[in-house]
Amino acid sequence: MLVDGLVVRFGDLLAVRGISFGVAEGETFGLLGPNGAGKTTTLRVLTTLLRPDDGRALVAGYDVRRQSLEVRASIGYVPQALSADGALTARENLEFYARVTGVPRRDRGPRIADAVEAMRLEAILDRLARELSGGMLRRLEIATALLNRPRVLFLDEPTVGLDPTARRLVWERLHALRAESGTTIVVTTHLMEEAERHCDRLAIMDRGLLVEEGVPSLLRERHEVANLEEVFAAVTGHEIEEGGRIADVRAQRRVARRLG
Amino acid sequence: MSAPSVAWPAGSAERPAVLAGNAFGRLLGGVAATAQAELRKLRHDHVDVFTRSAQPLLWLFVFGTALHNTHAIAVGNVDYRAYITPGVMAQAALFIAIFFGLAVIWERDVGQLQRLLATPLPRTAIVLGKAAGSGVRALVQAALLLVVVAATGIGLRWTVLGVVGALVMLVLATGAFACMSMLIAAAVRTRERFMGIGQLVMMPLFFASSALYPLSIMPGWLHVVARINPLTYEVQGLRQMLVGVGGGGELWLDFLVVLGFLAAMVAAATRAYPRAIL
Repeated sequence: MLVDGLVVRFGDLLAVRGISFGVAEGETFGLLGPNGAGKTTTLRVLTTLLRPDDGRALVAGYDVRRQSLEVRASIGYVPQALSADGALTARENLEFYARVTGVPRRDRGPRIADAVEAMRLEAILDRLARELSGGMLRRLEIATALLNRPRVLFLDEPTVGLDPTARRLVWERLHALRAESGTTIVVTTHLMEEAERHCDRLAIMDRGLLVEEGVPSLLRERHEVANLEEVFAAVTGHEIEEGGRIADVRAQRRVARRLG
Repeated sequence: MSAPSVAWPAGSAERPAVLAGNAFGRLLGGVAATAQAELRKLRHDHVDVFTRSAQPLLWLFVFGTALHNTHAIAVGNVDYRAYITPGVMAQAALFIAIFFGLAVIWERDVGQLQRLLATPLPRTAIVLGKAAGSGVRALVQAALLLVVVAATGIGLRWTVLGVVGALVMLVLATGAFACMSMLIAAAVRTRERFMGIGQLVMMPLFFASSALYPLSIMPGWLHVVARINPLTYEVQGLRQMLVGVGGGGELWLDFLVVLGFLAAMVAAATRAYPRAIL
C-alpha cells in the first residue's frame, strides 16, 4: 500500500494535509493520533468511502480513485461504529456479508467456517448480534470482514470501548490471522500503549499531518524517550489532547455505550 | 513527512476474482441478499408486523365502518370498507417506506452503511436492496391485512391475478417511496429532523390521493395535486385489481406511473444517498 501527498478538505477545514507513507505486505501498521488527527478520514479514503481532494493512494496494488471497485473487492473494513446488524444472528450476519462481498456460493460455507474458527465464534453463531458482548461483537465484525479473503484489512479503532480482556482477545486473534494468512492489517487507534505493543510500524498523525513514522522501539530510541506518548510530545511540541469533531466524539461514546 | 521515496507504480491491471462475473449478476445478488436479510429480521421480530398492522385495521374497521354506515362518501355500489382497503394497504406500506429513511440514518450512525459502501456491491444494489427490503415488509403486512379482510367478509374481488397484481404494484410503489425516503434522509441527516419532515411529506401524500375518497369529489386544486401524486396511481391500480373499481384511468397507466416513479427515485437515491449520508 502506498499513499502519496493525500489531501482531504471538508469545506474550509483541511482534515488531511498531504500525508505520505507506505505499508509492506503482511505488516500490521498503525495510524496513531488523538481524536481529530485525521486517522479516520485517511482510512475512509483508503477504503474508497471518500475521494481525496489531492494526492494518490494505492491499496492492494489498485488506485483508490481510478480502481475503487477493485480496491473494495480486495479489502476488509471494520468501522469504528458497531456495524454488525443487531437484528440478525451472528451466522446471518456472516452469510449476508459473504453474499455482498461476492463470495461464490460454493465457497460461502467453507469461508464462513474459516472466519468463525479464526475469530473463535463457534459458540455464539445462532445468537442475535445485539445480545453479544462487546468483544464477541467486535470479533464477529472482523470475521465478516475476512470472508472475501482481503489482502488488506482496515480496522478503525477496533478496541474502543472494550474491557482489557476483550481487547487482548481481539489482538490475539488478529495476530493469529496475520500469522496464518499474511493479511496486511492497517489499524487506527488513539491508544499509544496498544499501538506500541501490537503494530510492526506506525505513523503518528496530528492535526491532519503525518508527524512521525517508524518502528515503535526505534521511534523511542530516536527521540530518547520512554514511550510513544513522549514521542508524540517530542514531535508535535504539545501533549496529546482530546480533540476531534463533536460528531466523532459522540460516535465514540455511542460505541462505548453499546459495548456496555 | 515527505513522500515515499519510491517510483509511483501504475495500478494493477489484474481484476480481483470476485469481479469476474457480470455486474448485473452482482446487482441482483446484492438486492436478493438485502431483501433476504429483511425477511430474516421480520422472522426474528414478527411482533413488529402485528403491531404495525394495528393502524391499517383501525382505519378499515373504525373509520371505514363509520363512513360505510353513514354513506357519507359516494363510492357507487361498493362497500366503503372494500373501497378503502387498497388505500389503507397503500397507506400502511407508505408508513413502512417513509420511515425506512429513519432506519437508514440509524444504519449510517452505527456504521452499517459505511461497511456496505466499502464492499464491491454496486451502489444501485444498496439502494434497490433497501427498496426491496421495504417491499418485503409491505408485502407481509398486506398479506396479513388481506387475510383479515377475507375473514371478515369484506367484499373484495378475489382473483389470483388481481391479488398477485396488487401485491406486485404494492411492492413497486413501496420501493419507490422508500427511495424517496432515502433521499430525504440524505438531505436532513439527523433522526430528529427526519421525523418532522417524514410526517410533513407523508400526510399530504395520503390525504391528497384517492386513498379515502374518489378524485371526483375533490375540489379543483386538490384534484390537480392528486393527479401528480404517485400514491393516487398506486391506489387506483390496487383498487382496479382488488375491487374492480378504477379511478377513471387505465391499469397500464397506473403501472407505468409507478414504474417511472420507481426508476426516477432509484436513480436519484443512488446518486444522492450513499455519499451524502457519510
